[in-house]
Amino acid sequence: MVDTSDHILLPEGSLEKQTNTLNLGPTHPATHGVFQNILELDGERILKATSTVGYIHRAFEKIAERRPLYQITPLTDRLNYCSSPINNMGWHLTCEKLLGVKTPKRVDYLRVIIMELSRISDHLICNSIVGVDSGAYSGFLYLMQFRELIYEIYEEICGSRLTTNIGRIGGFERNFTAVAWEKLDKFLDEKHGYPAQLREFENLFTRNRIFMERTIGCGPISAERALNYGFTGPNLRAAGVDYDVRVHTPYSSYEDFDFTIPVGKTGDCYDRFLVRNQEMWESLSIIKQAYEKVKNIKGAEAEVYHADVPAYYLPEKKDVYTKMEALIYHFKIVMGEAEMPVGEVYNSVEGANGELGFYLISDGGRTPYRLHFRRPCFIYYQAYPELIKGGMLSDAIITMSSLNLIAGELDG
Amino acid sequence: MALTNETIQQKLTEKFGEVLYNWGEPYGMLTFSGPKDLNLKVLQYLFDDDVLNFQFLTDLQAVHYPGSPGAELAVVYHLHNLKDNVRIRFKVFTDISKPDVFSATALYMSANFMERETYDFYGVNFVGHPNLIRILNVDEMDYFPMRKEFPLEDQTRIDKDDEMFGRGGRQ
Repeated sequence: MVDTSDHILLPEGSLEKQTNTLNLGPTHPATHGVFQNILELDGERILKATSTVGYIHRAFEKIAERRPLYQITPLTDRLNYCSSPINNMGWHLTCEKLLGVKTPKRVDYLRVIIMELSRISDHLICNSIVGVDSGAYSGFLYLMQFRELIYEIYEEICGSRLTTNIGRIGGFERNFTAVAWEKLDKFLDEKHGYPAQLREFENLFTRNRIFMERTIGCGPISAERALNYGFTGPNLRAAGVDYDVRVHTPYSSYEDFDFTIPVGKTGDCYDRFLVRNQEMWESLSIIKQAYEKVKNIKGAEAEVYHADVPAYYLPEKKDVYTKMEALIYHFKIVMGEAEMPVGEVYNSVEGANGELGFYLISDGGRTPYRLHFRRPCFIYYQAYPELIKGGMLSDAIITMSSLNLIAGELDG
Repeated sequence: MALTNETIQQKLTEKFGEVLYNWGEPYGMLTFSGPKDLNLKVLQYLFDDDVLNFQFLTDLQAVHYPGSPGAELAVVYHLHNLKDNVRIRFKVFTDISKPDVFSATALYMSANFMERETYDFYGVNFVGHPNLIRILNVDEMDYFPMRKEFPLEDQTRIDKDDEMFGRGGRQ
């Protein structure tokens, strides 16, 4: 028998004295991923929620202690799998910081293009899923076709789509092909590309009365609470704090770009939605700027796609067959015999969900002594019970999707 | 005036004297260690001081150093001053046979899950934590898997040893 004495939401003298316990998850179809929330319900109102995580824990940090740097990249793919290129780049940047590698400008700009594309692909999923969960399915279909196009661009560059393993320490595995640029043109096209589609999506949602009624005031959080809960990324910005790693600690030449940080006020689902939409516009503008910058690089730099770090960057196959040095480096890298300097480094990038950090301690061996991923989802998920308390069950579903909780990033 | 690492170090030394040690700046981030029974006092001071303002807990994790008796486990706090955009790293070391460290949950709500994770993998007992139970591993587990005494691979294999990972050889 559940003790109901402290349930203030029950009216005085109510005959209904017993609350219901509902297991929302771990395999509930309305929670997009493996989340379990044990809810105490009074009718449809949530009195108490207890979150459980850990259903897909994969021990990445432990595995990473026995892997050379380049073999850890595929592990990072699987953190936030909606935007794995950002995770890959974050990891490469961490390694480069540890090793003291300086990348050429063209590599930085190419990375920015890829990272902003994946930010768009992550935000578009999140926002269209908020639509789906509030009963508007068509927006999802509009945007989803462009995620397909983004994945095709990844495919042109690295050969895979979801878990990309894109790039290497020092740059990319190959230069962007003509087809990749063509597809990027198609994506950026004002009339038939993503901007037109995003505008259409905004027309459907932003001032839609039903959508506004559904999301305004749903799952709000104040700036102060959000900071105390360790929120970062769009969820923190929706609460009104303009913290963005790209601006605060620029990496990969983000300081060369002109963009604004959109912020909200109330930190509710509607503000999170608006912030993400606005960020997609900013990302589009960054991609266009980076595109221009890459095309403006002339001369010997025009085809550079990696830094000169022979000890960590796998040499080209034709060199391996013809040059002694390339063969030695190839062997050393593949066998994981590249030692790294002693030191500890923390590096973070602005992931699609917030500050994605890598804390790497090296004891001079060939594998990290300790590697810790700061997964933004894991940290802000703690606030979920507080966000949904006192609200309706259906609001809990929208709140979950608008926080963009990704199970892969929870469990590390 | 922007907050510099020297100012932070000076202010902390003024307040706590010589108990804080191991000052360093690996890759530009001010790093220092302190005694474990003072961790909350240091964090509170960093939080409350008008100049220091380290009010954002970026990350919290543990590291296991089996080679240093009496200080096997390190709990590492990454703190961030969002106003001046300065990050620092603060470590406390604890004995593995009595791994009690005060919990920072009263100061940062975000420390809740992070401390549970740290407990789960390293067995650091956060004193004062409201709900210190396992978070990612199964509840029935009776060991702490990220400690170094649990190697990833079968140690009876002789074709692949530590030497291949750059750490000493089989003597």
